[in-house]
Amino acid sequence: MTDYIVPVLLFAACAVALRKKENAYDLMLLGAKDGLKLLVSLIPTLILLLTAVTMLRASGAMEMLSRFFAPAFSVLGIPPETAILVLVRPISGSAALALGADLMAQYGVDSLVGQTAAVMLGSTETTFYTISVYFGAAGIKKTRYTLPAALIADITGFVVASLTVRLFL
Amino acid sequence: MVMSWIFTGLLALSLFASLVLGNGSALAAAVPQGARDGVNLVLSIAGSICLWSGVGKLMEVVGFTGFLSKLLSPLLHRLFPSTRQDKDLGQSLSANVCANFLGLGNAATPMGIQAAQRLAKRSEGIASDELCRLIVLNTASIQLLPANVAAVRVSLGCQTPFDILPAVWITSLCSASLGLCAAWLLGKVWRR
Repeated sequence: MTDYIVPVLLFAACAVALRKKENAYDLMLLGAKDGLKLLVSLIPTLILLLTAVTMLRASGAMEMLSRFFAPAFSVLGIPPETAILVLVRPISGSAALALGADLMAQYGVDSLVGQTAAVMLGSTETTFYTISVYFGAAGIKKTRYTLPAALIADITGFVVASLTVRLFL
Repeated sequence: MVMSWIFTGLLALSLFASLVLGNGSALAAAVPQGARDGVNLVLSIAGSICLWSGVGKLMEVVGFTGFLSKLLSPLLHRLFPSTRQDKDLGQSLSANVCANFLGLGNAATPMGIQAAQRLAKRSEGIASDELCRLIVLNTASIQLLPANVAAVRVSLGCQTPFDILPAVWITSLCSASLGLCAAWLLGKVWRR
């Protein structure tokens, strides 16, 4: 089933655009150029962060961290290998991407840890960044319960990600 | 500034662990290796990212979001009662939610900020319940196709990068609904 989502979406977007007399091909090119700009801005970030993450792995610090957090994480059913990803995800999107890529490479994309990392990345957001952007733009000083509620959503995401991967994949 | 702390913290942790475990050569080798991996990662996800940005642009121009927002309007009216009186607010709000859903981050943020500013006008510097809800919804990330993650999976040799989709959907639905429930409960207790 999921095999067809992507090809069908690709086709449907083009077909609908053509029907609306839009220049589908040129629009796709324009979007792809935007994607390229995004990538160029990502290159320096990912070089720095993957350097840090690779050092963390090679030094054995990653293993130490996951062993340190293992008791707390196993209570919640979260694989302790993903500990640092869980901790960084709400703060920095690109650091989380680097950590997730490292986990997928280290344990295998289709392993339990690799898949859990992928689902976590796909289903959560950079909470602190989002909150600061929105409240900053709206000129809000008193944020009341926004942060606790958003963090509850994040923790739920991490726990359910681990659970669904174990059940469905 | 936060990133400087995180980055330096990661370096300090690695240095500390490596001193304790005595594997300096592995640590030294990791530095150029990691930098190279960074470039490799960007290059290997470049194709998918560009392609999906293209599709995203199409969906934006064609008005997929308009279609979606019609479907979602009953739910959004319930979550954000002031959209009943304020048509513009309703529009930017549903455009934000729909663009997020389709993974169009570039389109979602300006719309969301517009909605947040409109909501903030009513409550001078204090976040109203509706504004809190909007932000919780934005931090929970309900996304149809997490293209970046799929791109990373493909780059590591995954044959079926989208087989995680059902798990991603269930997870985001659970986290968004629990986040909204928490916001609702906290809103009862946390008076201004």
